[in-house]
Amino acid sequence: MKSVLVYCEVENQKVADISLELLSAGKQLAQKLGCPLDAMIFGSKLKDIKSEIAPYGVDKLFVADDSRLEPYRTLPHAAIATTVLKQEDPQIVLFGATSIGRDLAPRLASELNCGLTADCTILDIGDHFVKKEKKEYNDLLYAIRPAFGGSIMANIINWDMHPQMATVREGVMKKEIFDANYSTQVIDVNVEDSVKDEDFVVKIIERHIEESGVNLKEAPIIVAGGYGVGSKENFQHLQDLADLLGGEVGGSRAAVDAGFIDHDRQIGQTGTTVRPKLYIAAGISGAIQHTAGMQDSSLIISINNDPDAPINKLADYVINGDLAVVVPKMIKYYKKNAK
Amino acid sequence: MRPLKIVVLAKQVPDTRHVGPDAMKPDGTVNRGKLSTIFNPDDLHAMELALNIKDRVPGTTVTLLTMGPPKAADIIREGYYRGVDNGVMISDRRFGGADTLATSYTLVKGIQKLAPFDLILGGRQAIDGDTAQVGPQCANKLKIPQVTYVEEILEISENEIIAKRRLEKGVETVSSPFPCLMTVHGSSPVCRSRHAKNVMKYKYARTATELRSADEMLKSLHEKRPYLTIPEWKVEDIEANIEKIGLAGSPTKVKSVENIILTANEAKFLNESDADIELMIKELIEHHTIG
Repeated sequence: MKSVLVYCEVENQKVADISLELLSAGKQLAQKLGCPLDAMIFGSKLKDIKSEIAPYGVDKLFVADDSRLEPYRTLPHAAIATTVLKQEDPQIVLFGATSIGRDLAPRLASELNCGLTADCTILDIGDHFVKKEKKEYNDLLYAIRPAFGGSIMANIINWDMHPQMATVREGVMKKEIFDANYSTQVIDVNVEDSVKDEDFVVKIIERHIEESGVNLKEAPIIVAGGYGVGSKENFQHLQDLADLLGGEVGGSRAAVDAGFIDHDRQIGQTGTTVRPKLYIAAGISGAIQHTAGMQDSSLIISINNDPDAPINKLADYVINGDLAVVVPKMIKYYKKNAK
Repeated sequence: MRPLKIVVLAKQVPDTRHVGPDAMKPDGTVNRGKLSTIFNPDDLHAMELALNIKDRVPGTTVTLLTMGPPKAADIIREGYYRGVDNGVMISDRRFGGADTLATSYTLVKGIQKLAPFDLILGGRQAIDGDTAQVGPQCANKLKIPQVTYVEEILEISENEIIAKRRLEKGVETVSSPFPCLMTVHGSSPVCRSRHAKNVMKYKYARTATELRSADEMLKSLHEKRPYLTIPEWKVEDIEANIEKIGLAGSPTKVKSVENIILTANEAKFLNESDADIELMIKELIEHHTIG
């Protein structure tokens, strides 16, 4: 059966944002293909979960409801997903490029012996002519992703080993309600038929999940720092400016690796993709890995003491100077001039 | 506590984190050939975790396994310098062009030749692709549990290992029986440095391929000290199915590649003077970007 299938993440009866984004992206693909959009969701107490998912235009929703399925563990989720995928034989399967999706999808791709493209930023449908076989393949998934540290965009296809799988980073696709009254058929998956006792050998002993207050994707203004900020203390200047402007603080991978700022505030190819109306880049050189995640910002200010920093090429304002001097001045003159 | 047999998976990668001006072509695209090669950073963390377990559990052996072109023997030498017990290369032109599925198949054939084992460790992901797929794919093919994003090993006992995982929004402590596969997160401790004694002992370690172009002195040294010869496994040595390796075994194919070019913007260039900063702030307020 030709279909697009989305693996949805859920915790405490709340479907993850990334999964809703994927449903929206999946719906567009399904419409191009003229096929159904289906979804699968495995967790605990999912009796009412349909109401969260149906508005995204889901035709069939496969639900596995069992207290042992939450929090997520690899083996039971992989076993149930394998059952659903073998039974449904979808053409395309999408996962979030999250801690969960990046753990589950490769295990499934190996089990089903199919192709998986990681961290896509664009999904599309198209054709491909295979010269060796002298054959045209139609309606393939174009899984487009930055590669090689973000220096290239690669269009990855897979024509001979189905399904075609992809993971997509959070915040890349836009979440859009398709039809608030969409009629979704719920199919209960029998858990016992798929999982064995040994699928539960990995045990969760302790868990600390902070419902992160960080929402970089929605922030209209982002003040981001790189390795050039130099210290956690200097990051405070950026925080002060962000607080004053009603924005959020972010960081490059180098700043995160250096411990200047938390991992959940990382912007770039391996962090969050953002499109604020104002992006202030302080002490960020502009490795493509970083710019891939912020280049669509409406207005970019670069503060850097290196006049040749690559990020300056993207910037609307290039301030050549020390951020420890510049940022406090920005605060001062904002306070003076803002009404 | 019984000693463990650990296999560490490591990859030599182009240093995509440091694309210097010399690696940029005039058109603004990256010249891959000009990038230096390094030990994949996450894999160094995995090796440290293995060596740390070896410190804690006497008698434990650490075997480093890498797949790559002849030059990737650097990875094995680096591993020896930092304290691994054994190193093995999987190297054969026919493995080239492999995506993650074909790579995991090949590595698993190598791991099975090294069996039995208790623990397979690898970095979370490699910086040339950032896919994080090969670890879970190997675990699936070996039919063993996987524990991804490991930051710390909290406890090791006869039958199980307890690890702290670093997730996007928090941490999780899990236990797994042996054997299992773990991928190691970059937030785990950095790898110990080279040990001078090990560098002395292994600096002439070479693969058979490397030895062919070496001088007679090095060749006779290898005859006297067989441990210096790094095993180099070909397709036949690991009994790999030719259909499942390299390009043929790779479902994902690159259809097209578009170079990202940073194009110059019409920017305003300012300095840190009060006048410049105030001018910019006023413009931003005027255009309702802020305020």
